[in-house]
Amino acid sequence: MNDIRDTLKQRILIIDGAMGTMIQRYKLSEADYRGERFKDWPSDVKGNNDLLSITQPQIITEIHKQYLAAGADIIETNTFSSTAIAQADYDMQSLAYELNVAAVRCAKQAVQELGKQAWIAGAIGPLNKTLSLSPDVNNPGFRAVTFDQVVAAYYEQVKGLVDGGVDILLVETIFDTLNAKAAIYAIKQFYHDHPQLQPAEIMISGTITDASGRTLSGQTLEAFYTSVMHAKPLSVGLNCALGAKEMRSHIEELSQIASCYVSAYPNAGLPNAMGEYDETPDETAHFLEEWAERGFVNIVGGCCGTTPDHIKHIADNVRSLPPRTLPVVEKELM
Amino acid sequence: MSEPVVIKPYLRLSGLEPLVLRPETNFVNVGERTNVTGSKKFARLVRDGKYEEALSVARQQVENGAQVLDVNMDDAMLEGITAMTTFLNLLQSEPDIAKIPIMIDSSKFEIIEAGLKCVQGKCIVNSISMKEGEEKFIRQAEICKMFGASVIVMAFDEQGQADTKERKIEISHKAYKILTQKVGYDPQDIIFDPNIFAIATGIEEHNNYAVDFIEATKEIKRLMPLTKVSGGVSNVSFSFRGNDHVREAMHAVFLYHAIKAGMDMGIVNAGQLIVYDEIEPHLRQLCEDVVLNRNNDNNEATEKLIAFAETVKAKGKEVVKDNAWRNTSVEERLTHSLVNGITDFIDIDTEEARLKYPRPLDVIEGPLMDGMNVVGDLFGAGKMFLPQVVKSARVMKKSVAILTPYIEAEKSEVSDAPTILLATVKGDVHDIGKNIVGVVLGCNGYNIKDLGVMVPTDRILDEAVKCGAAMVGVSGLITPSLDEMVHVAHEMKRRGMNLPLLIGGATTSRMHTAVKIAPQYDHGVVHVLDASRSVTVAGALLNEQKESFLEGISTEYRKLRTDFENKKPVKQYISYEAAQSNKVKIDWGNYTAPIPSFTGTKIFEEYDLTEIRRYIDWKPFFIAWELHGNFPQILTDEKVGVEATKLYNDANALLDRIIAEKGLTAHGVVGFWQANTIAPDTIEVKNSGPEIRLESLRQQIKKAPGQPNLSLADFIAPQTAGVQDYIGAFSVTIKGIEPHIKKFEAEHDDYNKITMQALCDRLVEAFAECLHQRTRKEFWGYVKEETLSNEDLIKEKYQGIRPAPGYPACPDHLEKYKLFSLLGGEEATGIHLTESLAMYPASSVCGWYFSNPQSQYFGVGKIQPDQFDDYVKRSGFSEEEMQRWLRPVLE
Repeated sequence: MNDIRDTLKQRILIIDGAMGTMIQRYKLSEADYRGERFKDWPSDVKGNNDLLSITQPQIITEIHKQYLAAGADIIETNTFSSTAIAQADYDMQSLAYELNVAAVRCAKQAVQELGKQAWIAGAIGPLNKTLSLSPDVNNPGFRAVTFDQVVAAYYEQVKGLVDGGVDILLVETIFDTLNAKAAIYAIKQFYHDHPQLQPAEIMISGTITDASGRTLSGQTLEAFYTSVMHAKPLSVGLNCALGAKEMRSHIEELSQIASCYVSAYPNAGLPNAMGEYDETPDETAHFLEEWAERGFVNIVGGCCGTTPDHIKHIADNVRSLPPRTLPVVEKELM
Repeated sequence: MSEPVVIKPYLRLSGLEPLVLRPETNFVNVGERTNVTGSKKFARLVRDGKYEEALSVARQQVENGAQVLDVNMDDAMLEGITAMTTFLNLLQSEPDIAKIPIMIDSSKFEIIEAGLKCVQGKCIVNSISMKEGEEKFIRQAEICKMFGASVIVMAFDEQGQADTKERKIEISHKAYKILTQKVGYDPQDIIFDPNIFAIATGIEEHNNYAVDFIEATKEIKRLMPLTKVSGGVSNVSFSFRGNDHVREAMHAVFLYHAIKAGMDMGIVNAGQLIVYDEIEPHLRQLCEDVVLNRNNDNNEATEKLIAFAETVKAKGKEVVKDNAWRNTSVEERLTHSLVNGITDFIDIDTEEARLKYPRPLDVIEGPLMDGMNVVGDLFGAGKMFLPQVVKSARVMKKSVAILTPYIEAEKSEVSDAPTILLATVKGDVHDIGKNIVGVVLGCNGYNIKDLGVMVPTDRILDEAVKCGAAMVGVSGLITPSLDEMVHVAHEMKRRGMNLPLLIGGATTSRMHTAVKIAPQYDHGVVHVLDASRSVTVAGALLNEQKESFLEGISTEYRKLRTDFENKKPVKQYISYEAAQSNKVKIDWGNYTAPIPSFTGTKIFEEYDLTEIRRYIDWKPFFIAWELHGNFPQILTDEKVGVEATKLYNDANALLDRIIAEKGLTAHGVVGFWQANTIAPDTIEVKNSGPEIRLESLRQQIKKAPGQPNLSLADFIAPQTAGVQDYIGAFSVTIKGIEPHIKKFEAEHDDYNKITMQALCDRLVEAFAECLHQRTRKEFWGYVKEETLSNEDLIKEKYQGIRPAPGYPACPDHLEKYKLFSLLGGEEATGIHLTESLAMYPASSVCGWYFSNPQSQYFGVGKIQPDQFDDYVKRSGFSEEEMQRWLRPVLE
């Protein structure tokens, strides 16, 4: 397989779209989620999409295949919540490692079945507990989890993803930068402990939550980038929360300050009153095409509400456009 | 393609905001008072566990201009790791402090690590060194790098701290090579601290310490130009402790020379930095001599400075007392009270102003209006928030109330300010938004004539003529109000009026105004998004820009209409028949319908408000106040957090009082009946009386393959399936708000009035949520073991739905008649329906219950003529009547 850095110099890469939106289409029941193996599991597991990598692997593989067929160059593993901390909601902490390995297997299976060149990015989600914010308004100094616990959970996830064989580690949907820093810490620690391994590339993708232009934990975009650039990532970017229209100015800013490649995978617009996304594939593609024309981006795709159809339109629209050129990083003061 | 971006090798740090040290950046102040070794006050507060107060020390540093905050907890009496963690965690929730980067300062590396684990931004570690050998130095640097921190390297090795210029340079250079070559640090992330030691101590060997530092700095910057130099400045004057006057002068002189040599940042008391040029010349000369070690044979310069120090009294800086504003002029005091919403002194200040000015009206038009203009400017600039403005209005109203009797005694005109007439349209009872607009406009000097709620068009227009209004503003929350507004515009044209018409309220939109209302009337129809925009709109309509403003609006609306027309065909629709055959697929053969614990109705009188309160969703409460953000994060929001917290506390205090005094009562009714669908969109409900048929509307938009065209009827088993299914319904209301509103109005207290209204709305929604949960767990009992948090309830994670007639899943308001007749009408809860089918009391909610696991919330969207015709036939209403009620979903 080609080195991803070589390909990025030549063209814009396409990352896939939403996993959750696609899973919803299958209208799975509690019994489907449980499968045979967890039929007696004491708590409800419906909604634990990551579990499907074990109980319904053919569905996850099928979704990956649809995205690959639509033109995705990078597919994200179904591991957004595959950490001991996030899985605690379902009492499935002990499965965290296995979920990651199983999810990578689904992605590899899809790539193999389609016989197409694609990179597998291990999705590392933000967790349901945050390190910079207190869940108790009366006690702002309180934290529901410690940095060390978060590092341990991410370390286990990274191990699962790397053992499974991912090409990229994608720390994404970052709304609290400190959680992301713990993920970066875990990745660095993992490779420090396993010096024989060639480290996987890191992609970082933050989330600007609203019109204030800040992350949920309060950082401006530049402050966020400054806080994570020590990861020396392959790319930095934004995903989720905003549609392309609202994300544009932030991506433009990022393209000016990031010394690495820039990625963007927005939602299919903002949710309507019913919480559904109704931006059509050609609308989303049209926004991203303009970004590509302006030289803002190197990797594009979709987040919540996007479908293989969206990805296909995006891929068709940006295919012929040149990628953003990497900035010149000066090594001395001129 | 444009020129490639160039990224310079600058030191970049971050708190909530970035800090980049560019060549043109001046000296960076690192705040030193949050250091237990340097500030007795801070140390005492931390030792006593008074972290909240300790935070105020940090805030003071930021306010005084610190760009980075040094935090040090090295104290024998403290558990350093705990103290560092506690303080930094608390600090993260104070956006006005957390905006700047943190310097984590400790001589113990485990405390530094604990600090790094608390901060999301890019920190500076202060410090690491080679004092325990190279190996440990490398490991510590590697850990710092994993956190992305910049590091201060102290010029210290196994031989000890470097005191001469040569050792400072040598150790720094060695550390540089290790960090860049072995650890992989970028040069710009390395900061050297070549040790500032005390001078003028009387010991001759110390006399050259400042010079050594300055010269070493120069050489370090020459050898390693990307690195930075820092130092703890107050060390230099250590021998003059207790004499701040001399110490400040020494610091200023030292910094003047060190910065010239290349020092980039320093740990200083940001509140005490004085300007080199403003030091008295004699003292400056003495300081120059000791710092630069000139004229200092036999400690001559030192002795001179000591002699001088004894002649000056230590001049501490006085802290400005909080109520200093009480000593200013009466005009300034009134402004202060208005801006800060203080009512404590308004009586005496108003009285003083009344005696000072020739006429009482002059007080209103002079100082009070000036003060409110300040408020208006701050609000416009985003420096004040709505709850504060409303508090300002309360102060204003109190003051005006004191003056009014005198004005009337003079029989003069109250004011010739333009009048704006406001009303909630016929059939609608919601007025929180309108009241806020009234307050904000009132604050900006307009006379407000508020006609209240459910005002018929004729009355609005008659009154507008009678009071000579300059413009009319109409508001509404429910969808039928949109048509009523079209009617208002239509009538204004028919009557030949020429006042501008302002449109506002939650269901209104720029698009609806442009497409439906504006074409009805030619003299200006303007949609006003929220209260803060109302001021600029009113202003533009009352000065010479009016024509151009209206022209701009009408061009904009024309464009919106064109867009709307062009956009229409984009959506594809399918025939009603095809939509009906693409219903939700439910395997009724294997379905067991849960049986409710009772059929018929169950009435709840005076339901426990304490229980209801637990179900409150606070987010819409803040939105009512135009404070946007998620709860509880909004309470700590950088911009609005302080105001949101105040508002939250005030609302809870009010709620406590209401509950204690039984000031409001909650009433509700829940019912369940046997039901089956007898046609694709018709649900037959078996009641004790004649059967009632509920008619539902079905989505007709073309769906993606595999996606159904939803209708509520899909969630009830068809009669043909042989399954006895059920449907439920509820209505809830909060009664007794009127006397409270009257009381607050009498007290000119809009703040509490609006809070009260918003609270009632929240309570009734909470009540609906509460009964829905009991329905799921108990009355219908289809998920007996549900354990969802309030947050999950707000996110609608439960099974089953409770859609309300008139909302997206069942847009026909007329179905409310059937719902009310099933639940026992007005007798059950005392809710009655207005002619627009709004419910009164305004804080009321009703809806259907569906329990099917596949039931979900959705919007019907637009329907096509074939469905409309069929629906008219089924409903029994005339086509015209139905057109009126279904207008929002008709093309």
